[in-house]
Parts: sequence; structure tokens; C-alpha cells
Amino acid sequence: MRKNLDVIAAYSIMMGLIILVGIFQSWNIALSIFNLCLISAVMTMGANIQWGYAGLINFGIMGFTALGGLAVVLISVDPVQEAWSAGGSNILFSLVLIIAMVLAVRYILKNYKKSNNRTYIVAAIIILGIIIIRFISEPGIEAIEDVEPAKTGFLGGLGLPIIFSWVVGAFFAGGLAFVIGKVALGLRADYLAIATLLISEIVIAIIKHEDWLTRGVKNVIGLKRPAPYEVNLQQTDWFINLVEIFNSGKLSLISDLAERQAALNQLVIEGSSVFVKLCYSGLFLVVVIILLILTQKALYSPWGRMMRAIRDNEEAANAMGKNVVKQHLLIFVLGSAIVGIAGAMLVTQDGLFTPGSYRPLRYTFLIWVMVIIGGSGNNFGAILGGFVVWFLWIEAAPIGLYLINLTTAGLDDTHFLKVHLIESVPYFRFLMMGVGLLIIMRYRPKGILPEKIEIK
Amino acid sequence: MDFVNAIILLLNYIFVPALAYGSQLALGAIFVTLIYGILRFANFATGDMMSFGTMFVILFTWYFQSVGISLGVFPTALLAIPFAVIFMVGYMLIIDKFVFKYYRAKKSPPVQLAMVSIGVMFVTQAVVRIIIGPSDRRFFDGEKFLIKAGEFKEMTGLNEGLAIKSTQVITIIITLILVSTLFWFLNKTKTGKSMRAYSDNEDLALLSGIDPKKIVMTTWVIAGILATIGGALYGLDKSFKPFTYFNNMLPIFAAAIVGGIGNPFGAFLGGYVIAFSEILLTYAYRKFFMYVLPESMEPDGLVQLLSTDYKFAVSFSILVIVLLYRPSGIFKGKVL
Repeated sequence: MRKNLDVIAAYSIMMGLIILVGIFQSWNIALSIFNLCLISAVMTMGANIQWGYAGLINFGIMGFTALGGLAVVLISVDPVQEAWSAGGSNILFSLVLIIAMVLAVRYILKNYKKSNNRTYIVAAIIILGIIIIRFISEPGIEAIEDVEPAKTGFLGGLGLPIIFSWVVGAFFAGGLAFVIGKVALGLRADYLAIATLLISEIVIAIIKHEDWLTRGVKNVIGLKRPAPYEVNLQQTDWFINLVEIFNSGKLSLISDLAERQAALNQLVIEGSSVFVKLCYSGLFLVVVIILLILTQKALYSPWGRMMRAIRDNEEAANAMGKNVVKQHLLIFVLGSAIVGIAGAMLVTQDGLFTPGSYRPLRYTFLIWVMVIIGGSGNNFGAILGGFVVWFLWIEAAPIGLYLINLTTAGLDDTHFLKVHLIESVPYFRFLMMGVGLLIIMRYRPKGILPEKIEIK
Repeated sequence: MDFVNAIILLLNYIFVPALAYGSQLALGAIFVTLIYGILRFANFATGDMMSFGTMFVILFTWYFQSVGISLGVFPTALLAIPFAVIFMVGYMLIIDKFVFKYYRAKKSPPVQLAMVSIGVMFVTQAVVRIIIGPSDRRFFDGEKFLIKAGEFKEMTGLNEGLAIKSTQVITIIITLILVSTLFWFLNKTKTGKSMRAYSDNEDLALLSGIDPKKIVMTTWVIAGILATIGGALYGLDKSFKPFTYFNNMLPIFAAAIVGGIGNPFGAFLGGYVIAFSEILLTYAYRKFFMYVLPESMEPDGLVQLLSTDYKFAVSFSILVIVLLYRPSGIFKGKVL
């Protein structure tokens, strides 16, 4: 108990802050912050597995998040039959060709010795393959995108319940991580960082511009929900009764019946969106807790000890007969898969998939700030980092506004400096993140909750 | 005649723009490579440092315009650059003193310094946006075109026009002057040589009495000059927007690595490699083939290898391929 005191204290302060937001701003805001904190926590757990356990830098978090989001679209959206009949066969045939191409390249790489000729043949296969695939897929893509472009214009998904997509998102992200890991994990740390950053940009470029698959920048809206809809809730009897019971004290003060009914209606509308957010919180909390248990178990298992050994001294671990390359690949895939789950959760919560919104600052660098501030190598630290940083990210604007008003209190309200500063309040969040990161890295380089290794 | 037309077409749409864009990338890439070679970390704040410098160029340009100073046909920004450089170098030295120095003294691993540079990135980004705002700004004034497409057509009687923007010429000339001065400095002067020695082998350099403080300071000064001028030229040619500058970090990294990180000459060429491949691969060659091929063989489609949406993806793919097959870059940089 005593040795976990800092963890308990840190988390209680965090929850207290969120509750304060609920009391002073609104429960709606508090819950939406809480939900995104939970999603961020899943992402940081993924990044922490890679960086904290194994010392691998992955600056491609944005790409894996987007793939998780893509999984939601491909799983939950109903298939667009016309699009399938218009161009489905071309797309499927192209897919077969791509697989054939990859297999051919693999076959050549495996069975022939390294030589200039082999490189030329591989290059020729890839270039020829791309040209053929473009010829075959082009008419199909055009046909698909012509099917009601304002409404669909893409193939749609499988029409399955949206929860499945969380698992599929993990597989998508893990699959991509396997490919990236196979080719890039041999690079030195900062090269790996740059390579993954750029690869994630390529992934986003593809998701943004392949309209037949993702609708691209036209976005996919109105995704299914694992939680009830507000409109339906507002007409359900048990929910109205629930709201009435919760607010009976407040309502009994109003004597007029019509006024009381109006007040109740207002409360029901507010309550319904809080209730929906609570449903999401519940779902996310389950995911976070399951992942936390698994990652904690892994951290203290022999496997976790081996990962730390590899992280701290690769050569020594290698000399002890541990397969460093294989373990790096494994952990890269595992961590990315967790990030993929988070990406799917995020899109599920928003109810829409917007490829244009994936930006490295928000989905890669901010997650890294979370891991470093929270404490890499410690799962509780990483999750706390997700909470603290996301909370500050959202609340930076009010805090910044307060500080500006405080420091410029002597100035006139129309003074140009004050007006300018108040206009630029949204950017104080960047300043806060940067200064926070620099201070933590300087004075507490292991994060708020540092890694604790028990040597028995 | 058709053949000449085809050549002019390629010059107009590929060669000139790529040369200008490549020069802008090259300056950024040399900046990255210098920091990497001498201070030994990947600077993720590159794009934002460039936007910081450009911000000062814009502020000074506005000031000069408001008091009525101008350079006539040349953009006023050229006059503003030297003043902006002073502020930029000051900013860099302050950052180095308060942030990077501590980790250098502690001999932290490069990864940690890269993380610290992310913190600097956030701070710089915030400062730029708070001071000048996130919107798109154009600060070009003076004569816009050196040769206008219409004039060129009249002059030569060709079907295709060749338009050369004055900013493109200015970019290329300034880049050439700056880069040749830099190479002269690195190869011929004593400070330059000691910088190279320090980059090659730190301990040996220290043993032979090279002052590391001086080296680090010179590096930041040169970096400040490169970042300001590179950023200002990009802003003059296109426009200034903090977000675009942040994104430009990616092709700049690509250029630095393709050329062999730690090798300034490689970075210089890497900028052009990236720029040319981006534009060559995404240009629609239809018109070109219409001129070159006989009428019966004219292509139906756009004859575009990749859609322009994938412009960035091209440079990143090149980088990934280079990283996999020749991790030290095309021109052997520091072996990493």
C-alpha cells in the first residue's frame, strides 16, 4: 500500500480535477474529457510498451490510429451493393494481383542470391505490377466513385456491429506494424523515428486520397453506435423516470406543473447526452482495465524482464541467447495493435471518420509528450500522462485566458496587446505542452510516476 | 518546333519550379545536417525554427513598408532578412543555453535530445502562433515575374510560354551564394575546419585544443542564417503559414537523409533529388507526349505516374527506400 501511495495520490488528484470540471463547467464537458483521457490512455499504453519496455521509438502513432479508424468504417458501415456490382470485381482482381506481386517478389528474394540482376528483376516486377494494377483498378475505382458521390461513392464495409472493429483495428495496425518492423527495425533510434514518422504520413496520404475505400476527405459520417441514441433515450419512460428521481429535490421546488414539465424536459435532454457519454466511459474503462492487467502481467513476467534486458543492453541480451530482432518485432506489433484499438475507439466515440483530421502533432507528438510526462516504463505513469496531458490540452484555453486577464488587468479592454493575446488563447496549449515537456525532461527525466523495478 | 515546345513545357512546369523548391529544401536540409553532425541529434523543431525566422522577416518587412522603405523591383523582404537573422540567432543561442546545453554537458543519448527538440518544437510553434497568428500570409512585393508566359510566347513565337517568377530566380541565386560561402567556410577557414574535425571525432578535436563552446555557437549562428533565409525564400515563393512550415520538416528530413545525414554537400543535393522526384513523378505528361509523339500515337489519359495527392508520399517513399538499401545516404554521410 505504502509504496503505491504516489500512484494513488496522483490518480485521486486527477479524478478530483475532472470532478471539479464537472461541478464548475458541466458534466458533459467533464465526461467528454474523461472519455478522451481514456482513449489517450490506451494510446499511451501502446507507445509505452514500445518505448518504455523495449526502447523502440515509434513516431508513426498517427498512422496506426488512422488504421484503427479505418477498421471501424470497413467493419460497421453497411456494404454499398451498387458500388460492389459496379467495380467490386476490378478491385478484388487488383487485390489478387497485389498479393501475387508480393509473393513473386518474396519468391525471388528467397531463392536467388543477392546480385544486381536480382534487384533489377524485383524492381521490374514492382513497376510492371503497379502499371497493370492501375490499368485494371482505374475503371473500377471510377465506377465506384460515381455511385451517388454525395452520399456513398465508396465500397462501404461489412455491416457488422461496431465493437468488432476494435479487434479488427488492432489487427490492421498490427499488420502494418509487422511490415514496417520487418523493413525498418534494424535502423538506429533516431532514424527509426524519422522513418516511422514518414511512413505514417504515407498511410494518411493513402487513406485521404483513396476515395473508393474511405471516401477520403469527404468523410464517413453517421457510424453505428454501441451506445443508445440521445433522441431515443429522451422518449424512453424508464430514462425519464430515472432523471426525475435524480432531480426530485430540484423539481419539487417548482410548483407550477407546466413549468415543472419544461424543466424536466430540459433535464432529460441534458441527462441523455451525459448518459450516452457514461455508456462510452464504461466501455472504454473496460478496455483500459483489461489492457492494464495484461500489460502489468507482461511487465513482471519473465518476458518483461527479458524486454528490459534487451532495452538496457542489447548486446548482452543477444549474447545470452535472446533473439533481439524477433522480440523487437513482436513488441512493435503488440504496441501498434494497442494503438490501433485506440484509433477504433476514437472513431466509434466520434461517430465519424475524418481522414483530414489526422495530424502528426495531435496524434504522434502529443502522445509522446503524454508518455514522457507520465513516466515511461510504468503503465500507471503512462496512463496518468494520458490523463494529465489531455486534461491540460483541453483546459489550457480557460487557464490561458485566466492568466492573460490576470497579467493584463491593468490594461484597457480594447488595448491592442490584450485583444491580440485573447485572440491567440488557443495556442497557449502548445506553449504549455512544450514548457511542460521541457521541465519534466530536465528535472524529472523519468516522468511523474517513474519506472519501478523490483529486484528480488 | 514541336520538340522545342516540349522542352519549354518541361522547363516551365518541372525544371524551374523544382529547382526553386529544391533550393528551399536544400537550405533546410543543410540546417538539419549541421545540427546532426555537430550537435548530434535529429532536430524535430526544424520546420518551426524556420517559421520563427520567417516570422521576423515578415515583421521587419511590414515595418519597412510602413515607413516607406522598399527595394524597388526586389521584394522588401530581402532587406529584412539580415535583421531577422540577428533575432533568429539570438533565439537559437537562448534556446541552446537554457535547453540543449544541459543535455550536451550530460552527454545524453541522441534520442533524449530529439525528445527535447520536440519540446522546443511545441514552444516555438506556440510563440509563432501567438505573435503572428496561424493564418496564411503573403509578404511579397516588387516585380512578380522576370519573364511572363505571354511575353515569352510573343518573343519566340512558340506555342508554350515560359514563366519565370522573380522569386524563383532570387531563391536559386541566394541559395547558390549562401551554399558556396558555407562550403568555402567549412573547407578553407580555421573555424570551419575545426567544426568538421569536431563533427568527425569529438574527443580527438578536444584533445587538439578546439574550443567546443565556440564550435557550438558557430553552428547555431550558421543554422540561424540558413533557417531564416530558407524559410523566407519559401515564404516569398509560396506563402507563409506556420502549419505548412511544420509539415515541410518532413521533406527536409527526407532530403537530409537521402543525401547522407551529417554531410552538407549531400544534403544540398538531396534537396534537389527530393524536389525533382516529387515533381517528375506527379506531373501529367499528356501535353508533352502530344508534342513529341506523332498524332496517331497520342495518349488518351493524363500519363501521370501518381496523382498529385501523393506528392509528399513520393519523397517519403524515396527516403524509406534509401534508408533500407543505403542507410548512410547516397553520398556517404556519417555512418550512423
